[in-house]
Amino acid sequence: MDSVSGGRVVGVTGPLATVEVMEGQEVSQNEVGYVFCQGVPLKSEIIRVRGNLVDMQVFENTTGMQVGDRVDFSGELLAATLGPGLLGNIYDGLQNPLEKLDNLHGYFLQRGQYVSSLDKEKTWEFTPTITKGSRVRAGHYLGKVPEGIFDHQIMVPLSFLGTWEVVDIKTAGSYTVNEQIALLKNEEGREESITMVQEWPVKIPVRTYSERILPTTQLLTQMRLIDIFYPLAEGGTACIPGPFGAGKTVLQQIISRYAETDIVIIVACGERAGEVVETIREFPELEDPKTGRSLMERTIIICNTSSMPVAAREASIYTGVALGEYYRQMGLKVLILADSTSRWAQALRESSARMEEIPGEEAFPAYLESRIAAVYERAGLVRLYNDSTGSLTIIGTVSPAGGNFEEPVTQNTLKVVGAFYGLSRTRSDERKYPAIDPLISWSLYLDLMEDSLNERHEGWVDLVKEAQALFNKGSEIHQMMLVVGEEGISVEDLVIYLKSEIIDAVCLQQDAFDVVERATSEERQISDFLLLMRMVHHDFTFDTKEEARKEMTHMQNLFFQLKYCVFESEEYQKYRKEIEIILGEE
Amino acid sequence: MIIEHTRITAIQGDIITVPAKEIGYGELAAVKSRRGTSLAQVIRLRGDDVLLQVFAGSKGVATGDQVRFLGHPMQVAFGDALLGRIFNGSGDPIDGGSELVALPRIDIGGPSVNPIKRVIPRGFIETRVPMVDVFNPLVESQKLPIFAAAGEPYNELLARIGVRAEADVVILGGIGLKYDEYLKFRRTFEEAGVLSRTIMFVHTASDPVVERLLVPDMALAVAEHFGVQGKRVLVLLSDMTAFADAMKEIAISMDQVPSNLGYPGSLYSDLASRYEKAVDFDGAGSITILAVTTMPGDDVTHPVPDNTGYITEGQFYLKQGAIEPFGSLSRLKQLIIGSVTREDHGYIMNSMIRLFARSREVEQKLAMGFDKTADDDRYLEYAKLFYERFMDLRVDIGLNDALDLGWKTMAECFRPDEVGIKQEFIDQYWPKGH
Ligand SMILES: Nc1ncnc2c1ncn2[C@@H]1O[C@H](COP(=O)(O)OP(=O)(O)OP(=O)(O)O)[C@@H](O)[C@H]1O
Ligand SMILES: [Mg+2]
Repeated sequence: MDSVSGGRVVGVTGPLATVEVMEGQEVSQNEVGYVFCQGVPLKSEIIRVRGNLVDMQVFENTTGMQVGDRVDFSGELLAATLGPGLLGNIYDGLQNPLEKLDNLHGYFLQRGQYVSSLDKEKTWEFTPTITKGSRVRAGHYLGKVPEGIFDHQIMVPLSFLGTWEVVDIKTAGSYTVNEQIALLKNEEGREESITMVQEWPVKIPVRTYSERILPTTQLLTQMRLIDIFYPLAEGGTACIPGPFGAGKTVLQQIISRYAETDIVIIVACGERAGEVVETIREFPELEDPKTGRSLMERTIIICNTSSMPVAAREASIYTGVALGEYYRQMGLKVLILADSTSRWAQALRESSARMEEIPGEEAFPAYLESRIAAVYERAGLVRLYNDSTGSLTIIGTVSPAGGNFEEPVTQNTLKVVGAFYGLSRTRSDERKYPAIDPLISWSLYLDLMEDSLNERHEGWVDLVKEAQALFNKGSEIHQMMLVVGEEGISVEDLVIYLKSEIIDAVCLQQDAFDVVERATSEERQISDFLLLMRMVHHDFTFDTKEEARKEMTHMQNLFFQLKYCVFESEEYQKYRKEIEIILGEE
Repeated sequence: MIIEHTRITAIQGDIITVPAKEIGYGELAAVKSRRGTSLAQVIRLRGDDVLLQVFAGSKGVATGDQVRFLGHPMQVAFGDALLGRIFNGSGDPIDGGSELVALPRIDIGGPSVNPIKRVIPRGFIETRVPMVDVFNPLVESQKLPIFAAAGEPYNELLARIGVRAEADVVILGGIGLKYDEYLKFRRTFEEAGVLSRTIMFVHTASDPVVERLLVPDMALAVAEHFGVQGKRVLVLLSDMTAFADAMKEIAISMDQVPSNLGYPGSLYSDLASRYEKAVDFDGAGSITILAVTTMPGDDVTHPVPDNTGYITEGQFYLKQGAIEPFGSLSRLKQLIIGSVTREDHGYIMNSMIRLFARSREVEQKLAMGFDKTADDDRYLEYAKLFYERFMDLRVDIGLNDALDLGWKTMAECFRPDEVGIKQEFIDQYWPKGH
């Protein structure tokens, strides 16, 4: 590694090393350095500078580090490596491919190994898309290579300032990522050799696009509760807070499989290794229904599980976002799933405590709010220079202490996201999955996307709001019944309650482990929801509560059987017919 | 090179400060005071000052006492000779047996397993405790705590599972264990004839608090080495709340800003780095961790059970001497139920719990003074049988027998169309004559 300047360790506490540099020596915030610990260079990042003292978070275990150990600074900020071949990889928080690392005793991660994020040997079929003499800026496409089912655009490095002239561009052919494919010259006459690889500082948002635009298109997750009740937008943000065991991870796992998006980046941030293993082992076997290819081909996994070094956990989310922004530059739809942002916030808290900063609420640092906002603000729908659009959607889970949403991470996240899927212990205890509580959840995109959602069906958004209102009413009635008993309410109210129960059981609840149920196509969502609303609008007249219960239970069972049938299969038609007969002709 | 120092410049809590050079972070030292020699570990370097946490506590440590740096982090002896042996919280034998000087020593608290070297676990561990096997089965490589209030028989349950599970090696880590509890563990293992494949690291309630910190790491380091050698290892840890409390004491002595009820902000990571040692190695053995987490004030939102729940793969709630069917969860159960275990397992599990939930509602309804219907009696009878045949911790029965007993119990109380099970399973399993 090129050392620009150096320093010496003067203090160590956990993964925080304090380093003394020479008077007047230049260092920068978030600059990468290497601490030589027992001769092994350990990657670190500057997170505070005070006079000659520089605090560095070490991305590795610091056992054995001594006062006096040498530190080399790189002059570079912590950066992600971008280029063809990222898809399908399993990286650690610093973008080392886990499959390429040497393992201690065959199994254990060894500190101080930094392996190239991209395969250097592999060749790519390059096709130039620009001609010599063209004038280009950062983010402009120079050519493309096929990566899986996508055209991976090779662009002018995103960090380049000003206008550049294409002095040379390679003809079509196969090249490795490190071969020169173009030569650019800027206005001062400086020439730069361009390869398919570039670096981008992970903590800085990519801004090489024309403009950000309001998200107005739905991102289909195939989960009814989300798509119908609290829809998510392409380029939007959402959070999933919930107590332990409520189903945050399972929810994200389902979304990662069935969401209709080009690329999925899974950031396993400070959670269980076992959960990542399920994804790593199963995704290569699973088929993406849209493309017929393995799901792994559209997926990148960034994996810094709870027992891996905590400072790298802080970096992992940024690494994920930077990769996402890069693919967005190609006009693709990217979805980032981060589980869990609380572990990332806790990593901030740990390093803040070690630096003895003045703590805020629950000992989180005062800048927690702005850091959370900065991450979610990097999501968005953008218009690129070539007028096409690309989107980056972020869904983060939150793990509030004691399951109480009144804590800093949840609260600060709620301020910045566009949709809130709150999981409740009550619903998960009742095995009502997904345990998203409809009474507390919301999505700003329902109104924002009204026009495009109404293309599903005339008046769609109004219907959805009606269903939401009915659900709330039903739950109020249920509360009342708990106090005054069923004898204390009218037959009409009982029917409203029973209708809301049907909505809950057959539309909101969705069995993640059933082959038919686990994903519902848009077409089916529309068809089934309209039928359900016909039931809601139907004027049932019952003389007694017993009769109401009996008939409505029958109705619920019909809808229930229907949802387990393959869409438009014979059985499906059978149940649908039965329901329609009860509801009468329309 | 071993360096000796004889000037301690500060003593705060169980942490001492010694001016010294060329000392590695995490390194071990021996502190010799009038009370004897204690191990200590470097927990901070600050200029020429080295801060050490003294495992035996700082009581009686004098400013002129001798501190000898050992040049390596904490280690523990490893080898087959460990089997059947009992050690204290700093790894010294307390069973009167020989010292283990000839054995190689391994570092504790080592790095984590590369996630791609793990496999999806599929091994069912039969415990013959029906509330576990039928409703929340334990899977090889799972990490699972028993959440219990003080006074619950959690150690008995732990010992029973330890004895029943057919592990190659069982390792007990006692953390703040009452001496009598330790003796009971030993007797249970002796009576069951498994002592020869058991290793115990026992820190008792009267031992120095800081020494607790070493126990899980020693137990898990040994487990890890056996696991790599292909052994299926079961680690029993009791009580992890005592471990967290030791962590709290250190944090307070270090003037760290607590995040919640005095616990350090790193509590999650500290617990996770231990529990995550549970693993099913690709091509070698496995480590299963069963732990006790006592809940102060019987409050599951207390920081220790709360953080634990976020780390482990489920939990068993022990309440009034029985494993609660609600709230208990095995998150790996879906990996084995019906595929590794009998095909009707999943249906039995769901239906019996649903019916039991209904029974509880009936009990509550009657308690509130509402009228009893004819159906209610059957639910009450079912609740009684469920308790006697499944929840009572004395019940000792294999999984398949328990499943059969489940069918029998349902048939004694209900009609087939009341239990919500697919017809083909009813046809096959519903006991004849009901
Ligand atoms: N949609 C679902 N369908 C069926 N079972 C579910 C569903 N969601 C969750 N579960 C059950 O709940 C268990 C816990 O879910 P999950 O691991 O997603 O919780 P979590 O909220 O991520 O918890 P933690 O915060 O501890 O990580 C699962 O192992 C599964 O048994
Ligand atoms: Mg989770």
